[in-house]
Amino acid sequence: MTAAPGPGGTRPGAPRTGMSRRALLGLGGGLVAGAAAAGAAGAVAVDAARSPAPAAPSSGADRTYPFTGAHQAGIVTPAQDRLYLAAFDVTTTDRDALVDLLRRWTVMAARMTQGLPAGQFAPASGPYDAPPDDTGEAADLPAAGLTITFGFGRSLFVGAPGATGPDADRFGLAGRLPAGLIELPHFAGDDLDPARSDGDLVVQACADDPQVAVHAVRNLSRAAFGTARIRWTQLGYGRTSSTSTAQKTPRNLFGFKDGTANLKAEETADVEAHVWVPASAATEGGTDAAWLTGGSYLVARRIRMHIETWDRSSLREQEALVGRNKGEGAPLSGGTEFTEPDLDATGGDGTPLVALDSHVRLAHPTQNDGVRMLRRGYNFTDGNDALGRLDAGLFFLAFVVDPRTHFVPMQTRLSSQDGLMEYLVHTGSGLFAVPPGVPDGALPTGADGTPALAEDGPFVGQALFG
Amino acid sequence: MSRTSWSAAAAVALLPLLAACVPNDPAGGAASSDAPGALTVSSTADACEVSADSAPSGTLTFSVTNDGSDVTEFYLLADDGLRIVSEIENIGPGISRDLVVQAAPGDYYTACKPGMVGDGIRAAFTVTDSGQEVGPTGDTADQLAAAEAAYVAYVKDQAGSLIAGTQEFADAYAAGDDDRARDLYAATRVHWERVEPVAESFGDLDPTLDLREADLEDGQAWTGWHLIEKDLWQPTPDANGGETYVPLTAEERAAAADDLVANTQKLVDQVTADGFTFEAFQIANGAKGLLDEVATGKVTGEEEIWSHTDLWDFQANVDGARVAYEVLQDVVTEQDPDLAADLDQRFVDLEGLLAAQGSVDAGFVAYTDLTDAQVAELAAAVDALSEPLSRLTTTMTGA
Repeated sequence: MTAAPGPGGTRPGAPRTGMSRRALLGLGGGLVAGAAAAGAAGAVAVDAARSPAPAAPSSGADRTYPFTGAHQAGIVTPAQDRLYLAAFDVTTTDRDALVDLLRRWTVMAARMTQGLPAGQFAPASGPYDAPPDDTGEAADLPAAGLTITFGFGRSLFVGAPGATGPDADRFGLAGRLPAGLIELPHFAGDDLDPARSDGDLVVQACADDPQVAVHAVRNLSRAAFGTARIRWTQLGYGRTSSTSTAQKTPRNLFGFKDGTANLKAEETADVEAHVWVPASAATEGGTDAAWLTGGSYLVARRIRMHIETWDRSSLREQEALVGRNKGEGAPLSGGTEFTEPDLDATGGDGTPLVALDSHVRLAHPTQNDGVRMLRRGYNFTDGNDALGRLDAGLFFLAFVVDPRTHFVPMQTRLSSQDGLMEYLVHTGSGLFAVPPGVPDGALPTGADGTPALAEDGPFVGQALFG
Repeated sequence: MSRTSWSAAAAVALLPLLAACVPNDPAGGAASSDAPGALTVSSTADACEVSADSAPSGTLTFSVTNDGSDVTEFYLLADDGLRIVSEIENIGPGISRDLVVQAAPGDYYTACKPGMVGDGIRAAFTVTDSGQEVGPTGDTADQLAAAEAAYVAYVKDQAGSLIAGTQEFADAYAAGDDDRARDLYAATRVHWERVEPVAESFGDLDPTLDLREADLEDGQAWTGWHLIEKDLWQPTPDANGGETYVPLTAEERAAAADDLVANTQKLVDQVTADGFTFEAFQIANGAKGLLDEVATGKVTGEEEIWSHTDLWDFQANVDGARVAYEVLQDVVTEQDPDLAADLDQRFVDLEGLLAAQGSVDAGFVAYTDLTDAQVAELAAAVDALSEPLSRLTTTMTGA
């Protein structure tokens, strides 16, 4: 059901081998040798435009993805194995302090994604009476394909729902609210926990090593004290979507392949049409949202699965609800995993082979005005509830051009008609506008050639504050 | 700790990513052998090899590796060969450590001191003028000495109030005047909580006076404030692990009251003794320690689980941290004006939130009356203050 990738399609965000932290820090000469190597790696890796990627193998824990580019990394980047996502509330009303934070975050993210420590000193050096400027737990680890993606929630522009007066427009951004950054409606079956929903800012850290992803969020959170504080976070594992045709389709906790039909990076025309916000959307809501052109919207939904009851359901019921077989992932109308489902095919008794309430049918583009989304979800298991059941499920993440056309209609249908809903409950939700990337070559570097803070340095989302 | 100076922008340059936004510094800051401000030092039994004998003014980072077999030290000395500009001590064999210093143009000496004896192995070192502004280089020793004297005076003043209040509290409690004792409890403890880092520096006093029931080892005798707190705010069995609380007898009360006064008197005796000093770096560490106390004990309501008077302790810890900062403020402002401005603002923010819940004089609301949102807001303000406060010590030891 996925459109075949174009022949010879490019692979945006193709990984390449960078300098590992171990290499950076283990050169024997201590800090100086390490930092010199870091400089070399930073200079190569941060500026993709000046340094074309060498044809490095796409495997290996020391792969790095460029931080800069027309779009932020972590969207069409081949989905890494692990996620740590954090939503923040901004605690200041000082617009300059918010800009300072975004500028610091940009430099820290540019460094950490290249396997460099968060600050200019390595975690085990620098002034002896100061706390180290990197927390250190990733010191011996490679970059592990880390990407860090930033986004802005609706409350940053107009305050929490119902806010009035100065609380509504803390930063003078109300006139910049993009039309698609709506308050999501209540969907049937939602049981949303406010403590796991929304937020002014979001940071999505993806890596092949969970410690690298957690290290990134921890250091960004540390830099935010006094300006923003964590509202909620979510750890994810076992990516449940492929975002590149080079990746094998993974399985969700229902045991089914998930994301077969997902929009892939190689489908450049569809990515253009369904992921990136076009310039034509800039004035659509009567506001000036040109800053979001080339960006996207991130929809996050924490979907708890009642896996204990699911595990007691027959294979017949499981496959009927999903609309695919469990082993191969082929549509029940026949074929193999990537065969388009034939929604008209019927069995001997005249009933559709792909059931009317099956997930595949309801989510199929032909049933949704042709819309597609780039999903980037992960499995989660957050311990257990008091009844001894796993608090587990799917942390749904999708990047879309406009949630009003690309998420709300489909979710409205799914939440009321999808047979799977019997086994699902949505417990958290967030919608964020994801600005475009920091242009290649724009980030200033320090004396050692690595990204460094500068008073007028560019930052993610800069156009919003311009 | 050396008391000689380096410059104003120092701590900003030290931690550029965590400090407020600062201009990128092309002349130094980052430790790379390619960067002009980065130097390596190899210290052995008979050599002190510095990678260069000069560097441009600004932030210099000496990465010192002890390649010898004795513990060593490294110094940057002024042109008289006597005044210590900055130093690192106790570098064990095989260990590397950084000396980060803001250096103005001029002549200096580098020195390694393997075995930590003698004048060290010295070499001339020149700092050339990079054109970069390096802050004031006046001697801050007098300022630090004044700061230490002012802080010791504050500690003595609080200790005096503490012993007087404790005596009154203990008398009321021993006499069975529980209402009076409950009235005095939180307001008296304020004097203790303001100077708690000093008490902690005496090691054995803090546990005898301030141990919470949850901190007790199995079989350990419980003394101090919280033993009496529980007896004044007696828990129901539900709140007491299912067991009926047994009030202290008159004899036990008298003993607890006597212990409290006697141990408090020990603290007073120590801080009023001749020669009691508290050095600048200890004051700075103490300020951070007080906020850590708030973050782990008070803002969670764990300190005063029976009386719920946590906000008094909270205010007192913040008071103590603010006084510690204020006595050091001149030095901080000179060394790192951005840090000083940050701390000023964040003290104001936190104290504003606390003031909304009461005051030491008028009383605070009970911790249990705070909403979750209020607790979260207080915790965020504590974190906001603690992060820059954690950089106070390096500002002092570099001064």
